[in-house]
Amino acid sequence: MQVGKEKLLWMFEKMVQIRYYEETMASVYMEGKLPPAIQKGLAFDIGAGPVPGEMHLAAGQEPVAVGICAHLSDDDTVVGTHRPHHFAIAKGVPLDPMTAEMFGKVTGLGKGKGGHMHLFDNAHKFSCSGIIGASMPIACGAALAAKKLGKNWVSVAFFGEGAANQGAFHESLNLAALWKLPVIFVCEDNQWAISVPKPKATSVEWIADRAAGYGIPGIRVPENDAVHIYEAVAPAISRARSGEGPTLIEIKTDRYFGHFQGDPETYRPKDEVAHLRKNDPIPKLSQMLKDKGFLTVEQESMILKKMHGQVDAAFDFARKSAYPDAKDALQDVFVNGHITGRALV
Amino acid sequence: MKKNRILTMAQAISEGIAQEMTRDTNVFVMGEDVGSYGGIFGATGGLLDKFGKHRIMDTPISETAFIGAATGAAAAGLRPIVELMFVDFFGVCMDQIYNHLAKNTYMSGGHVSLPVVITTAIGGGYGDAAQHSQCLYSIFAHIPGIKVVVPSNAYDAKGLMIQAIRDNNPVIFMYHKGIMGLPWMAFFEGSSNAVPEDLYVVPFGKASFVTEGSDITIVTISQMVQKAVLAANILKEQSIHAEVIDLRTLVPMDTESVLKSVRKTGRLLIVDEDYLGFGLSGEISAVIAENLDSVSLKAPIKRLAVPNVPIPYSRPLEQFVIPQVSDIVLAAQELMLKKVALLEPQ
Repeated sequence: MQVGKEKLLWMFEKMVQIRYYEETMASVYMEGKLPPAIQKGLAFDIGAGPVPGEMHLAAGQEPVAVGICAHLSDDDTVVGTHRPHHFAIAKGVPLDPMTAEMFGKVTGLGKGKGGHMHLFDNAHKFSCSGIIGASMPIACGAALAAKKLGKNWVSVAFFGEGAANQGAFHESLNLAALWKLPVIFVCEDNQWAISVPKPKATSVEWIADRAAGYGIPGIRVPENDAVHIYEAVAPAISRARSGEGPTLIEIKTDRYFGHFQGDPETYRPKDEVAHLRKNDPIPKLSQMLKDKGFLTVEQESMILKKMHGQVDAAFDFARKSAYPDAKDALQDVFVNGHITGRALV
Repeated sequence: MKKNRILTMAQAISEGIAQEMTRDTNVFVMGEDVGSYGGIFGATGGLLDKFGKHRIMDTPISETAFIGAATGAAAAGLRPIVELMFVDFFGVCMDQIYNHLAKNTYMSGGHVSLPVVITTAIGGGYGDAAQHSQCLYSIFAHIPGIKVVVPSNAYDAKGLMIQAIRDNNPVIFMYHKGIMGLPWMAFFEGSSNAVPEDLYVVPFGKASFVTEGSDITIVTISQMVQKAVLAANILKEQSIHAEVIDLRTLVPMDTESVLKSVRKTGRLLIVDEDYLGFGLSGEISAVIAENLDSVSLKAPIKRLAVPNVPIPYSRPLEQFVIPQVSDIVLAAQELMLKKVALLEPQ
């Protein structure tokens, strides 16, 4: 499958934006978390600063998000993971409320109730979860709904290679295969489940090979490259859209930051990240676009300026937004009135 | 022996496990990141170097499989310690816990002994939102067949851990992240205290009277003990003498100590970081209500707990739903002014 200029440029823009978003968050997240602002004796305080709690960043994993989402429309569902920003940005979740959510502000996607692992955007059919493996049953449900409603919508469940050892993985693959659900199961193999490397936790070298056990296609994608991924998953998308059922896809990708920001990463070889960064997919795509004559140096700097500007504006919006009133904590356990956002029918 | 050795709760727990592993070769550890990482919350720090990968086993993210395997290994004669990284993750493996680990002894007529310790992290207060901040000890206490241990400080934690490992029954050992003394999370310093190097046990079902007082009883557990002690210090300056009771274990629960204290003070404040509904605070209240023939209340019982909402992410929301030191002080002050209704004489 040939990827057109427009699609390539879209992927490049999104990757640039995701990378800058994650780098910005990496530094904003550390505000207020280091001595001497924190409890004496601590090296780092996870609960302090404008963005508290765990922070899982996806720098290095951009190709997975854009290579898949380039096939999707607003009607298609994406369910992400605890490391969700790249998926959200690629799916079109607006940066302002997404960022405000991570600052715990009332203007956030969930009015500050969810935080960075729990982003919900009905309009773009995006959600995610902090529980490993949880994306897969939910994506099956969205696919079931599409099927029952007679739509050709697809749903994508993203998950890490560690999640392929959860019961939810095996149950979901069987269910989706049995019912021919339009799901694309996308495993992001970044080799690390927190501190545990894949070979120490997984019985097979390729999780994609497990597809055979459920009678569905398994696709191995060995390159952390957006174009490569886009082309490799195309058959899975058309298979799902035409009602033939699910596909399991495994993509080798790279995690540049720790499992969470502040992770001492004592378990990881010291030079691993530097080595991985030599294979950075963004400059590679930039070079490819230039070689094809799709991008000039001037255009590239315009793109960077625009993409970075949107991220900066979102962080500014989040900082300037108000916190919710404390008593708002008691609202929204149940919905009152109609469901907001896009309904399924 | 070194005197006045101060340990964090994480250090005390891993020391207790190490000493029991040395004493009993049937003890071993399984869980996610328990090996080279030393446990995400440090409960198995240093154990891999001491005991090697055959006794400190990193697992796949497969809680159903490895917690279920602990049940099987225990039935076959071993004494597994298994870590469920966050208690919030029990959802993926609860069948193995509540339908098997907690019931097989009973269903076998007592013939099957399951000496399993599940260690798990609980608690919020650091902005980790609804799926990583719960306490949930009441859910486990609700299920017959599993003992529930929830320490508030390093000394107790070591002794309770050793007791847990030696117990021939399933135990869930729940440590609050905000008292583990981690270098990357604010904690209540009262939770790090003097811990003997020797092996010792803290028995289950024996509450600790952390402060003595005659005006009001504060019954609590886990990190809330540390908050209650700070509140009691403030109250003392106002001449309100609070007796803080740390239950230490929910199953078995030391109801006698609670009754004894409330008989003395006549006022009861229950402080709990679990949800308000159908939980610890309701259970303690019921114990008092059922003993009103021997307890005379001067004021209604007051419960401070997380209202029945998931733990919100945003700081002002989270601080609002989780009881704070100032909330405890305020609740105690209010209780001092309240009275119980007296029935009109017939």
